[in-house]
Amino acid sequence: MDIVGLANYAVFMAILVGIYALLALGLNIQWGFSGLFNAGIAGFFAIGAYTSAILTSLPASGRVGGFELPMVLGLLAAMAVAALIAWPIGKICLRFRSDYLAIATIGVAEIIRLVVRTEDWLTGGVRGITGIPRPFGDLPYMESQMAYLAIVAVLLLAAYLLVERQLKAPWGRMMRAIRDNENAAAAMGKRVADRRLQAFVFGSALMGLAGALFVHFNRSVTPEAIDPMIATFLIWIMLILGGSGNNRGAILGAAVIWVIWSVSELLTDRLPTEIAIQAKYVRVFIIGLTLQLVLRFRPEGILPERQHGGGTAPPRA
Amino acid sequence: MPLLDMRDVRGGYGDADILQGVSITVAEKEIVVIVGPNGAGKSTAMKAVFGLLNVRGGQIVFDGEEITGWAPNRIVQRGVCYVPQVDNVFREMTVHENFEMGGFLRSGDLSAAYDRVYQLFPDLKAKRRNLAGDLSGGQRQMVAMGRALMLDPKLLLLDEPTAGLSPKYMEQIFQITRDVRDAGVSILLVEQHAKQALAFCDRGYVLATGANRHEGTGQALLADREVAEMFLGG
Amino acid sequence: MTLLDFLNFYLVPGIVLGAIYAVGAIGITLVFGILRFAHFAHGDMATLGAFIALALAASGMDPWVALPLAMAITAVIAIGVDRSFYDYLSRRPKILTVMASLGVALMLRAVVQVVWGVDPTTYVTGIVRPEEYFGILLRPRELNTLLTVVLIVVGLELFLRKSKWGKAMRAMSDNPDLARLSGVDNRKVTMLTWAIVGALCTASGFMLGINTELHSMMGWQLLLPMFAAAILGGVGRVQGAVLGGLIVGITEELSVFVVPAQYKAATAFALLLIILLVRPRGLLNGKVL
Repeated sequence: MDIVGLANYAVFMAILVGIYALLALGLNIQWGFSGLFNAGIAGFFAIGAYTSAILTSLPASGRVGGFELPMVLGLLAAMAVAALIAWPIGKICLRFRSDYLAIATIGVAEIIRLVVRTEDWLTGGVRGITGIPRPFGDLPYMESQMAYLAIVAVLLLAAYLLVERQLKAPWGRMMRAIRDNENAAAAMGKRVADRRLQAFVFGSALMGLAGALFVHFNRSVTPEAIDPMIATFLIWIMLILGGSGNNRGAILGAAVIWVIWSVSELLTDRLPTEIAIQAKYVRVFIIGLTLQLVLRFRPEGILPERQHGGGTAPPRA
Repeated sequence: MPLLDMRDVRGGYGDADILQGVSITVAEKEIVVIVGPNGAGKSTAMKAVFGLLNVRGGQIVFDGEEITGWAPNRIVQRGVCYVPQVDNVFREMTVHENFEMGGFLRSGDLSAAYDRVYQLFPDLKAKRRNLAGDLSGGQRQMVAMGRALMLDPKLLLLDEPTAGLSPKYMEQIFQITRDVRDAGVSILLVEQHAKQALAFCDRGYVLATGANRHEGTGQALLADREVAEMFLGG
Repeated sequence: MTLLDFLNFYLVPGIVLGAIYAVGAIGITLVFGILRFAHFAHGDMATLGAFIALALAASGMDPWVALPLAMAITAVIAIGVDRSFYDYLSRRPKILTVMASLGVALMLRAVVQVVWGVDPTTYVTGIVRPEEYFGILLRPRELNTLLTVVLIVVGLELFLRKSKWGKAMRAMSDNPDLARLSGVDNRKVTMLTWAIVGALCTASGFMLGINTELHSMMGWQLLLPMFAAAILGGVGRVQGAVLGGLIVGITEELSVFVVPAQYKAATAFALLLIILLVRPRGLLNGKVL
C-alpha cells in the first residue's frame, strides 16, 4: 500500500472508530455508570440505522420511505426511535436485577433482525436500502472522507462533553451511588427507577445515533451489516478493556479493539480460502477469550474509573 | 472447666471492631442468655463463637480445644450449631426435609435423631410433610431449632428465637429450650425480651457497646437496680 | 380445519417443540435458582452437545444411543467451563458472571463453527413417515422425544426429591446461607449442577436437531424461548420450566393464526415481556432476582 492508500485507510478506520466510540459511550452510560446490562446493542444500532435510512434515502419502488429528508432530521429521528423502543423495555425490566434486562435486550435485537429481514415494504428486506445521502458526498474522495470524519468527530466530542457534564452533576453522583450499593438504591425508591430508565434510554439513543452515522457513511444498509451477536460483543469488549465507568477509556477501547479486529480481518482474508473461513471463527473465539482474560486479570480496564469525590467504590468491570 | 470459654474477644465484620472485649462462658447443660440495648453487639458476640466474624483478639475455647478463627463448617462438626434469627428454615422444603438437611453431615442411621426431634416438637410430627414456609412463625422457629439439633450438638446458639412471636409462643419456645437443655445440650441465646429471658435462664450477661457490663444468675441480674434501670426499662 | 388436523398440524408439533424447550428451560432455571445468574451460554452449550452427539452418531452409533454418551461428555465440558470461566467470579457481582457467560457463548459457538462448519446438517437422512395412533400422527423421533423428556423430568424430580445431593441442591436454591450452615459443600453442589445442566443442554440441542436440523446458530435461537419458559414457569421451579416450555412451544405453533409465520420466534419475547409485566414470579411462584 502506498502513502495515499495508507492515509485513506487511516481516515476510513478513524471514522469507524468514531462510530464505535459512540456505541461504547452509550454502553458506558448504561453499564459503566448505572450497571445496566444491554445485550442488544446491535438492535438499537439497527433501529437508528434503518430509521435514518428510511427518512433520508432516495425513493425506491416497492418500499415506503425515500422521503429525502435532510440528514440532521435522520440523525434526530434515529435517536428518538431508539429511545422510544428502549423506554418500554426499560420500564418493564429495570424493576429487576440486570439479568432480566439482558434477556429482554437480546430479544429486542432478535426482533429487530426479524423485522429487518421480513418487512420488505419498510426495510427492503435482504436487499436493504440504498441511495442514502452522505453530506459532502460530492467532494473528491479524500475531502469527502475528511469531511465525514469531521462530522463524526464533532458529534463524538459533543456526546463526550455532554456525558462528562452529566456525570459530574448530581445525576451522575446518584447513579454511581445506586450502582455501587443496592441497598442505597432500594432506599431511594422511585427516583432510582426513573434515573435508571433515563440512563438506559439515553444510552440507547446514542446507539441509535451511531447506527445512523454508519448508514450515511456507507450510503446503504443491508441486514448483513448488522450481525447481532458479534457487533454487541465487540462493543462490550471495547468498554471493558478500555475501562468501564471512564468515558475516555470507552473511546480508547473502541480504537484499540476496532484496529485489532480490522487488521486481523485483513490478515485472515489473505489466507487460503479453506482456512480463511475457519480463521474468521477463530477470531470470534479469541474475542470471547479476550473478555475472559480482561475480566480476570484487568477488570478495571486500561483506564480505570476515576474516583469521584472520595468514593471508595472498588473498580468494576 | 466450662464447655465454652470465650475470653476478651475483640473483632468485627469488616475492619472496625464491634466487640471491644467480650468474655462469656457456658457450662454443660446450662442456659446462658445475652441481653443488652440495641447495638450492644449481642448477636455479634454469638456469631464470633460460630466463626462468622473476624476475631482480632482474645480466644474462644470449646470443649477443651481452641476454635478461634475456625471456619463455621469445622465448628459445626465439632458440635456447635447455630440458629440464625431470620431465614432460618428452608421454606420450600418440608419440615422433615429441613431435619434431613440438619443431619446432612451425619452418616448412618438417623432415626434416633428424628425421634428425639419429634419428641421435643410433637406439634411438628403431624406437619412433617408440610412446607416449612407455610407454618406459623413459632412453628418455623421450632423447625429451625430441630434442624440444628439433628447434628446432636453439645452447644446450641440461638439468635433471638422469640423475635416477632406472640407471648404464648415465646413461652413455648422458652419451655422447649429448657427441654433441650434437659436432654443434655448447653444453650447460648441472644434475647430482646430481656426480662422474660433473664427469668428463665440459668445465667445472663448484659453487654453494652461491645463489652461486658454485668453478669450473674438471671435472678440476680433481675434484682440488680442498675441493670433494671439501664436495660430493662425500670 | 378438522379437530384432528388442528391436533396433528399445530398442537402436536407445539407439544414436541415445547418439550424440547422445557428440557433447556430446566437447565436455565437450575442455574438461575441455585447459582443465581442468567446463563447466556446455555443455548450454545446445547449446540455443542448436539454436535458432539453428531460426531458420535457419525461413527456408526444410533443417534439415540449416542445421546446419553454426548450428555455425559457435555456434562464434563460444562464443569470445565465453570472452573475456567465462572468460578473465579463467584465473589464478585453476579452480573459479571452473566457477562462472562456471554463470552463463553461466543467461544462455544466458534468451536462448533471451526470444527463442524456452518452448513446445516442432520443426524439421519431420508423421509420418515408418521404412524397413526387413534388419528394422531406421530413420527418415531417425535415419540422418542416425548418419551425422553418424560424420562428426564421424572428422573430429575426423583433425584431432587429423594436423594441426599438432590436435596442439597434444592436447599442451596432455597436458602444458600443456611445450606452452608448445615454443612453443604457449595463447590460440590455447583459441580453437580453444571453436570446436570450440561447434560440437559445436550438433550435439548439433540432433540431439536433430530426433529429439525443442526446448525451452528440453533442454540442461540433456543435461548429466548428457553428463558421465556423458565421465567414464565417461575425461576427455580423444575415443574414450572416444563409448564413454561410447553406453553411457549404451543403458543409459537399457534401464533401463525395471528401473526405472519416469520414472527414465530417473536412469540417467546412477547410472552416474556407479558409475564415480567403482570407476574414476574411466574406461574408457579418462583424467585425474582
